[in-house]
Amino acid sequence: MDESRPIFLQVAEQIENDIVDGHVAEDAAIPSINELAAFHRINPATALKGVNRLVEQGLVAKRRGVGMFVVPGARERLIERRRAEFAAEYLRPLIVEAAKLGIGVDELAGMVREERILT
Amino acid sequence: MTTTVVRARGLTKRYGSFTAIDGIDLSLEEGRIYGLLGRNGAGKTTVMQLLTGQIFANGGELEVFGRQPAEHADVLRRMCFIAEAQRYPEDFTPAHVFRAAPWFFEHWDAEFAERLIADFRLPVKRRIKKLSRGQLSAVGVIVGLASRAPLTFFDEPYLGLDAVARHIFYDRLLEDYAAHPRTVVLSTHLIDEVANLLEHVILIDQGRILLDRDAEEVRGSATTVAGARAAVEQFVAGRPVIGREGIGGLASVTVDGRLDHDERVRAAELGLELAPVSLQQLIVHLTGAELAESTEKEVAA
Repeated sequence: MDESRPIFLQVAEQIENDIVDGHVAEDAAIPSINELAAFHRINPATALKGVNRLVEQGLVAKRRGVGMFVVPGARERLIERRRAEFAAEYLRPLIVEAAKLGIGVDELAGMVREERILT
Repeated sequence: MTTTVVRARGLTKRYGSFTAIDGIDLSLEEGRIYGLLGRNGAGKTTVMQLLTGQIFANGGELEVFGRQPAEHADVLRRMCFIAEAQRYPEDFTPAHVFRAAPWFFEHWDAEFAERLIADFRLPVKRRIKKLSRGQLSAVGVIVGLASRAPLTFFDEPYLGLDAVARHIFYDRLLEDYAAHPRTVVLSTHLIDEVANLLEHVILIDQGRILLDRDAEEVRGSATTVAGARAAVEQFVAGRPVIGREGIGGLASVTVDGRLDHDERVRAAELGLELAPVSLQQLIVHLTGAELAESTEKEVAA
């Protein structure tokens, strides 16, 4: 866990990652609060807060007596949201750093293409 | 709905001319894990002794489970206090302690105690006098966990416990707390180790409460800004500074308050490095001598 940011956000993000990666399928159960707390060695209230964040966003929903399940369409919505954040989160810092090093946009684009061939 | 189990107003404890606890207000809610933090001699143990009715206050009001704790058996029965250096009768073995425990704690779980004894590899038939410091701490930890008291205090519970044993303690505490929610107050120096277990943090210094906040709010609430002195000073101008270090043209300043996205971008543009401040570092900043120094500098500036 990263000390600099609220842990409940990190718990929520990790579950979101699992949904995006397909590790947790839509309609499948996410780990229980106590499982999350024990795994991350965090206070259960913190784990609950993280899961509640996903509930508020309509990504997971409670089924009485059985647990929390991924809502159908959650993966699609998460991907959409991450695409919208992509520029601010990844592109802008990249361009700022590139500019500092005297790398222009065209050269940067070339580097990205190169990188893609390598990976 | 949460219930308040402890409510203190203006609680004061004096020893002669020394004021150990200086009129503190405090409330503890049911079913939470609290961290009672502070330096040696800050007043942590005194607060816990007041709350558990072991000593009397000189002033203020105190209610535990709705009543004064001292001399009220029904209140005391619901509490468990694990002292840093618990004394036991001469010739007692851990087995004696665990056999006597159910007389004092109605929720005592003997099976859970057995499991903890195995976890900690505690020799239960050895006389307590002959136990190592870590084994003695294990006795206290086992009593504190297996008693399942609605209000449990651990005062520096793990003197001498190795890293493995401490993690057993954290894991069992979380597990059992999840299954049997109760109020736990953990007083410790090993702040980084327990930081994630805590729901709420209370920081005491010189008999006063410096911080009484949700652990999640505290996390990331301070940032250290490092880089060229002029740029750092420009960036931190007007912010509450809680720590300040520097060498030559470099400065490292810790500021209270969260930074938003734009501020982070601005810091990056100024060529500054931002580093998160852990709970432990924050407490060092808030209670350290450094604070006094930097405040003086602020005044002088």
